[in-house]
Amino acid sequence: MPRQHAALLASLVAAIAVTAFGGALNAYYLDVAMNVGIAILLAVSLNLVNGHTGQFSLGHAGFMAVGAYLSSACTLRLAPQLLGGSPSVFAQHALFFGALLVGGLVAALAGFLIGLPSLRLKGDYLALITLGFAEIIRVVFQNTPALGGAIGLNGMPPLTTIAWTFGWVAAAVFTVSCLINSTYGQGFLAVRDDEIAAAASGLNPTRYKVVAFTLGAFFAGVAGGLFAHLKLAIDPRGFDFFRSVEIVVMVILGGMGNTLGVILAATLLTLLPEVLRPVAEYRMVIYAALLVGLMLVRPQGLFNVRLGRARL
Amino acid sequence: MSAPLLQLDQATLRFGGLTAVNAVDLALPAGRLHGLIGPNGAGKTTLFNLVTGVYAPSSGTLAFDGRPLAGLRPDQITALGIARTFQNIRLFPRLSVFDNVRVAANLHRATSPLQALVRDRAFRADEAAIAARVDELLALFNLDRFRDAPASSLPYGEQRRLEIIRALATRPRLLLLDEPAAGMNPSEKVELIRLIREIHRRFDLTILLVEHSMRVVMSLCERITVLDYGVKIAEGAPAEIQTDPKVIEAYLGEEHTAKFGHH
Ligand SMILES: Nc1ncnc2c1ncn2[C@@H]1O[C@H](COP(=O)(O)OP(=O)(O)OP(=O)(O)O)[C@@H](O)[C@H]1O
Ligand SMILES: [Mg+2]
Repeated sequence: MPRQHAALLASLVAAIAVTAFGGALNAYYLDVAMNVGIAILLAVSLNLVNGHTGQFSLGHAGFMAVGAYLSSACTLRLAPQLLGGSPSVFAQHALFFGALLVGGLVAALAGFLIGLPSLRLKGDYLALITLGFAEIIRVVFQNTPALGGAIGLNGMPPLTTIAWTFGWVAAAVFTVSCLINSTYGQGFLAVRDDEIAAAASGLNPTRYKVVAFTLGAFFAGVAGGLFAHLKLAIDPRGFDFFRSVEIVVMVILGGMGNTLGVILAATLLTLLPEVLRPVAEYRMVIYAALLVGLMLVRPQGLFNVRLGRARL
Repeated sequence: MSAPLLQLDQATLRFGGLTAVNAVDLALPAGRLHGLIGPNGAGKTTLFNLVTGVYAPSSGTLAFDGRPLAGLRPDQITALGIARTFQNIRLFPRLSVFDNVRVAANLHRATSPLQALVRDRAFRADEAAIAARVDELLALFNLDRFRDAPASSLPYGEQRRLEIIRALATRPRLLLLDEPAAGMNPSEKVELIRLIREIHRRFDLTILLVEHSMRVVMSLCERITVLDYGVKIAEGAPAEIQTDPKVIEAYLGEEHTAKFGHH
């Protein structure tokens, strides 16, 4: 069995095990674990764009918003009509899966549409246009009464579970690492290193960038759907610029393009505010100071490590 | 005589007021090892950029194996069978030596990227075949000992060779080499001459070689084209070029006094 398939299987088994014995776990820990999973999903998907492919997207929260709103609309508006009054648990989760897919696919479409024109731009310009795009999405949701306007949506059914969360994490990690380790996927890194040389070697850089953007947006959309059905209430402010920056920081801290490092960074940055809760007043200060310190001491990323010859 | 593999017809490129390539005609028959020389700024690299689709000509036409190159992207031109190296080495510095070549070998793969997720038998066979071909190329050029090192860590001469291997991995019919001997000492140049002869023969290539080192050009090329200020001022066998008064005035005179080039 290839290494990636083994990893996928292991994470699925782990997720199912946690679900089975999850009843014994404190609800607070479960909640934190799901937050960690969603953060990993966001960071791993942005890493494909910013890390592996070397682009600078600052709009990941926009794709997350698309997924969150569309999947919520599905479970809120469509579910009662499709499933009737008292649906079975199975039917609910089947519909939830469909809702996550819809959210992910529409986010992917948004990623594709923004990717095509903006990927002619580089560096700061790309960062600006993706940031602007994410803000536009946010403002559109804010001004759509059908989607709750500034108040947002609430009353979503609590369908996000550990199994869903880590199942999707496994799917994203699996997809990204299978791609990156293949000969085709080395092209993402080649485009990052030198676009002109990549084109001269027969790769179409635009195509690679659009694929990265689309796939990254898909998983961000799914993460948004999981987020919505975990928090049970969303509003446009939850997907603002600071959310995008948070994800970018996870990718930088994890060591751009290093999936394992990015997973660790996403975990750490999600746990840190929880650990710092007792000193809540100074939490943001400590958090910021840690970040600055880390960037000074280890600019290549805190977790930029390799496990033997494996490149996750 | 069969149609030329590469044909330029009045190819012209202007950068604003500067005409970097000016109405150049060029016809390379298949199998030719052809030299392209001229003083700094003559338009040699720009001519490579025209052929490889980095720039579109302001006027004139280019054709490869009878097929017009107009409107094709660089990667499409590479797929047709034209590969190149760069005057300022352009490797993928953070990729390993192996992966630098592997990326280029992806061009002629049989399986689709989606199969990378399923990892079915056909995909794995394809990956294994690519890896075997890359290793074979690396061994052929004695770079296998650097296989897993990042390309940026290679010594300069090896970086130049790696760039040639990467170009060969796309299975070209026409290879454009832009100053491959730049920065090399005399013994490295002798080695390079041997290597270019070897790949020309072994891979059945047509080669267009830009080079300032007269020793390299004169010993390798069957014919030579001379550019000056974007204009073709001469073309002929090495012996004719060396005695052509126009060429001596524009280029060789300066080179001869500087004793076989400034590089
Ligand atoms: N992108 C560009 N924009 C404007 N001018 C350019 C550009 N590229 C090249 N030139 C100009 O075109 C002319 C030809 O340059 P080119 O690099 O082709 O010369 P070359 O023959 O390769 O010289 P060298 O031997 O120094 O490599 C030069 O005057 C150069 O300054
Ligand atoms: Mg040049």
